[in-house]
Amino acid sequence: LLAGFGSVMQDVLWCFSQVKGTIDIGVTEADIISTVEFNHTGELLATGDKGGRVVIFQREQESKNQPHRRGEYNVYSTFQSHEPEFDYLKSLEIEEKINKIRWLPQQNAAYFLLSTNDKTVKLWKVSERDKRPEGYNLKDEDGRLRDPSMITMLRVPVLRPMDLMVEATPRRVFANAHTYHINSISVNSDYETYMSADDLRINLWNFEITNQSFNIVDIKPANMEELTEVITAAEFHPHHCNTFVYSSSKGTIRLCDMRTAALCDRHAKFFEEPEDPSNRSFFSEIISSISDVKFSHSGRYIMTRDYLTVKVWDLNMENRPIETYQVHDYLRSKLCSLYENDCIFDKFECVWNGSDSVIMTGSYNNFFRMFDRNTKRDVTLEASRENSKPRAILKPRKVCVGGKRRKDEISVDSLDFSKKILHTAWHPSENIIAVAATNNLYIFQDKVN
Amino acid sequence: MECTLDAQSLISISLRKIHSSRTQRGGIKLHKNLLVSYVLRNARQLYLSERYAELYRRQQQHYPDGAPLLAMPACPPPAAAAPPELAALPLPADTQDREARSCGAARGGAELLEVPVCAAPPELQRAPCRDSSPGFYRAPGSAGPGGGGAAPGLLYAAGCDFGSGGAPHCSSRTTVLDLDTHVVTTVENGYLHQDCCSQCPCCCQPAPGLASPPPAPGTKRKYYPGQEEEEEGVEEGEPGGGGVAGGPPFAPCTKRARFEEYSAEHPQDSSNISNLISIFGSGFTGLVSRQQADSEQPLNGQLCSKQALASLGAWTRAIVAF
Repeated sequence: LLAGFGSVMQDVLWCFSQVKGTIDIGVTEADIISTVEFNHTGELLATGDKGGRVVIFQREQESKNQPHRRGEYNVYSTFQSHEPEFDYLKSLEIEEKINKIRWLPQQNAAYFLLSTNDKTVKLWKVSERDKRPEGYNLKDEDGRLRDPSMITMLRVPVLRPMDLMVEATPRRVFANAHTYHINSISVNSDYETYMSADDLRINLWNFEITNQSFNIVDIKPANMEELTEVITAAEFHPHHCNTFVYSSSKGTIRLCDMRTAALCDRHAKFFEEPEDPSNRSFFSEIISSISDVKFSHSGRYIMTRDYLTVKVWDLNMENRPIETYQVHDYLRSKLCSLYENDCIFDKFECVWNGSDSVIMTGSYNNFFRMFDRNTKRDVTLEASRENSKPRAILKPRKVCVGGKRRKDEISVDSLDFSKKILHTAWHPSENIIAVAATNNLYIFQDKVN
Repeated sequence: MECTLDAQSLISISLRKIHSSRTQRGGIKLHKNLLVSYVLRNARQLYLSERYAELYRRQQQHYPDGAPLLAMPACPPPAAAAPPELAALPLPADTQDREARSCGAARGGAELLEVPVCAAPPELQRAPCRDSSPGFYRAPGSAGPGGGGAAPGLLYAAGCDFGSGGAPHCSSRTTVLDLDTHVVTTVENGYLHQDCCSQCPCCCQPAPGLASPPPAPGTKRKYYPGQEEEEEGVEEGEPGGGGVAGGPPFAPCTKRARFEEYSAEHPQDSSNISNLISIFGSGFTGLVSRQQADSEQPLNGQLCSKQALASLGAWTRAIVAF
């Protein structure tokens, strides 16, 4: 139960709103959702999947007749963003999986978003067409050309209403700039540039220019055998267009200022927490690798996610985070098994709510966790079809870590590690969240009294 | 669901992951392979430590009457008097035997092998995986064989020695274990003494295949000069044998020695594990894909060949030293 958005502290009850996707028992790999992102107003919600498709949902206008249905999200546009490719030179197949989607702020009637797979970033324009021209002189209604000698009079074509059609067109393709796998894209607050980050390099692009990008970070060692860390995520500061951060597999975050040098190999700030030696294990390096980094909306904090925790850092304090939240510490003794089944490599994302008071991240068994930074309370919720009655209130879940298991608790050994929530999104200004559970997208809202 | 993997299984699993990543769709994931290499390194350090512990135990068994096989405190062994626990031990009466069993130095704290487990901090002894050699990691203050308390994570196995009147011909002596051939060799005054060792049953016993000849010339061998002080009157010689591991032998990314080529058809074969471990001992060697290496436009032919060598199935081939 968490503080709601706004200045008045309220308890928030989360309710099921919608679920998108099929209930098939066998999930096609291509349908697995790989990224979720609200646009800047929250009107649109985009998902990308492993099959390279993008599905955009649009929120319905709120209806006075049904105030409790605070605007459902319905499919607005679907398109194939990326196709599988084969790099013949390197004998490499390039997956079509959409790694990230980022929206551009809306500047006209059309919507623009960036979507990326491992190698190529694309700028898509999504626009509506609800009129079409009719009454051409040189062709008839079917589009067949008329014989000019048969035309006896001229008319002016007119625009007539038609059924709404949403079309997505690729406006730019930013290719051939990344040797390694792209893990992040981030739109700059100047709205003219954006960056793309792979394991070893970060490139800066201008939206208008596709055949050139500037390399702003390069951590590739002279000898690859000396490689000790890779870049895992990167993001621009929400307000300062010269500032960005990137996280590493060693659990560190670097903040860079593009004004200081063309190549930002030297960081302006370096955030690292000393390792707790009592927790050392074979897998210490793996679980300290940061899987996601996000600026707060205010720009004052950054949040990082590693395998077991979420941390909030104050930009003014580099030697340790100001807050650390345990997501699923009961997994600490299971790391061996999680290494065997590869779960330890899962990359969980994390998100802020609109007011930066609550943070959310996913876990296993289709659980996801929210932490209220002010009250220090946390809750575990589940995205499941069983809790999918309209406006059903989500019941907090609890994992039993040993000893006597209570009736509604679930023991660690019963957790389903194939059901993982890696991607979540929070509406920019309201208590609406989108949670991707394998091939299903759940939308939850807070209860309207 | 508790994990009971030992270091060897962890190594096998890790190698399998790296191997299968080469055929994965989308190409090799650099990040994942880097993380797996860290696990490999950690497991390798534990594995090697366990092997030394095994050697140590066999030493113990061979000399049940209390040869002073003792743990030393973490500080470099004093050149002077033996620690109290050693002094109480009986010396073998037979000087002939003493000469024959001339492994180890004569200082207060004979050492068969000193393995500072540096990059694997002492906390590894509390790793969740099964510890197959409980006697190895001794918590501070606990009694090991002979009553010595070891610094956690450090193994000092004393050789069979015998006080200051040690056999003159092996007076300043370090005994080293070759990871590839399992040859136990004694280094005197910095020079290798294969002969010395071949006469020493105590040296030979723990190491299978000791009868193998000294390594071929030109083959660098890894060995671990001890840190003990020289006895007075003995000069410190040059490290022999060609290959020197100057610093802590198991720190990652240290200088690599040249290894013979071997086949990794049976990575589970424990005799190959040592070689595999050695290959992964230094940093990220061998995990760069050929494709990635080639795409980087090497500056010159030498760089290209080094990269190509390092990347083409490098985990089954020799590592080229700088």
